[in-house]
Amino acid sequence: MSKLKKQLLAGPYCIWMIGFIVLPTIMILYYAFTNSDGGFTLEYIASIANETNRKAMGLSLKLGIICTIICLVLSYPLALILNNMQIKNQGLVVFIFMLPMWMNFMLRILAWKLLLSKNGVINSILTSLGLSRISIINTPAAVVLGMVYDFLPFMLLPIYNSMTRIRKDWIDAARDLGANNITIFFKIILPLTVSGIISGIVMVFVPSLTSFAISQVLGGGHVLLIGNVIEQDFMQGMQWNAGSGLSFVLMIFVLVSMALVNAFDKEGEGTALC
Amino acid sequence: MKKKILSLTLIMALTASLCACGSGSSAKKDGQTLTVLNYGKYIDESVIKDFEKETGITVHYEEYESPEEMYTKYKAGSIDYDVICSSEYMVEKLINEGEVLEMDYESMDNYKNLDTSILDMAASYDKDHCYSVPYFYGTLGLLYNTNEISPDIVSSWDCLWDPTYEDEIIMENSVRDTFSPALISLGYSINETDESHLKEALALLKKQKDDKIVYGYYVDETADAMIAEEANIALCYSGEAALAMDENENLAYSVPEEGSNLWIDSWFIPKSCSNQKAALQFLNYLCKDDVAQKNFEYVEYASPITSVVENQDAEVLQNEAINPSSDTISRCTLFTALDDEQSAVYTKLWQELLSN
Repeated sequence: MSKLKKQLLAGPYCIWMIGFIVLPTIMILYYAFTNSDGGFTLEYIASIANETNRKAMGLSLKLGIICTIICLVLSYPLALILNNMQIKNQGLVVFIFMLPMWMNFMLRILAWKLLLSKNGVINSILTSLGLSRISIINTPAAVVLGMVYDFLPFMLLPIYNSMTRIRKDWIDAARDLGANNITIFFKIILPLTVSGIISGIVMVFVPSLTSFAISQVLGGGHVLLIGNVIEQDFMQGMQWNAGSGLSFVLMIFVLVSMALVNAFDKEGEGTALC
Repeated sequence: MKKKILSLTLIMALTASLCACGSGSSAKKDGQTLTVLNYGKYIDESVIKDFEKETGITVHYEEYESPEEMYTKYKAGSIDYDVICSSEYMVEKLINEGEVLEMDYESMDNYKNLDTSILDMAASYDKDHCYSVPYFYGTLGLLYNTNEISPDIVSSWDCLWDPTYEDEIIMENSVRDTFSPALISLGYSINETDESHLKEALALLKKQKDDKIVYGYYVDETADAMIAEEANIALCYSGEAALAMDENENLAYSVPEEGSNLWIDSWFIPKSCSNQKAALQFLNYLCKDDVAQKNFEYVEYASPITSVVENQDAEVLQNEAINPSSDTISRCTLFTALDDEQSAVYTKLWQELLSN
């Protein structure tokens, strides 16, 4: 009986999951494989191959990869430095990096738009200093900047988490045995943080691959990602089948990267984060 | 395993009962409620309160952003709307689909307050003239910065394709509005459905993008960007232009000589209406002179109510961004509804442009 009670505690979440995850997914699958008359078709899945969608998917992958690499290059040394700072209160460190996330991410992107725009804050400062202006608003560069800004904590935290688990004794032992810093880094620190890196990569790559709002705001219609195509299919063109077909293809890309994380991430860093 | 099934069944039962409760309460509707669906910020809220006080009818007021969103909301059918306001092409689409109820204008005392010339134009989408009541109207045109651009340049759509305005032009981030100037420049109708003609328009828009003339494809941000003088020319709707001109006196609005789009937002009573009498009462109330005046002062779009126009001072009357002149109106065409296949063609070409 007590077991049943425990299971009942999961009830609210089960209702949530069925209503907002399972059913919508089934609906997407249904729309993806049917045409507007309800007959079976693979046309909408195959539409990923037409030129517009292929370009949009290619651009999404490209920007996603660039964003992930930049996040990794920024986060890894930062995590190393933070970890070596010997701060007793690690909660504080995490707190500082979570702080920007307290504000809605769309608001932060809108703020970037104001900063970057032609007569925006950054350009006014540059002009008053007599420097040449930058014009990256409404370009892929602005979109990558926005993505990096939004998703950096998702890379930093898992890497930092995995680093804090490396015991100082191991490093000391390596030193005793004559290893220099480079050997320690490649033989101890890097292998022990691989899981953190991998989950960081997935946590940055997946949202940047699927994002549409950032490219909408900072791309000004010049940057069409696959997410934007899907959004337009639903909101402007009222083509739910086409939108669902592309969503399904995108889901496959996401699942592949999740499978990748499962292969590497045996300790479950990704799940430990939240 | 059995227990799992049991708990699952319980959950299902719970969900079912929740659903039942939901539908139960909405079915309780009596004659004294009215569910209204309108664009966001498109009515003076005090008007609704006054209407409730005067008639004792409780108004459930809901808002939406785009006509397509309204269509989705309405078609989902979870809420029974009694009266809806939308753009002419969406009203036409719903009339064609048989979703709109005929109105009894006879019972509306204030119907006579409507400008007959606007009603004549509404015949473009409401052919039998029995399905809709115009609410506000306006044009599509060019908002420009008078410090940089002289009025004779924006008197033609050709300025949009001129490479001298590199990075200085804002287009609309919606397919029909951005295709309209291209179609007009090529001598076609804004309601063109011939795919080869549309492709010519696409080629023109692609060239415009390749020549780096387009600063961005904006919707809501257009007014802000123009106020901040980020671009010199923007394709936008008259009402939005009027708002921007209030904030920055360097801005002016022009409807090019070749003609443009005229839009009319109208009220209609959908099939889901459960209280037609209250709906007509509400529409009648909106057509009342003082109520229409209040709404005009809040929204600042062109009003089809004769007395509102008569009460305006000369400055407002001559402001093209608020009141299109009869000369302008004669050059403009209304959008007609596209069927699913045609709108799919438009969407495809639009995505091709954006991905370019």
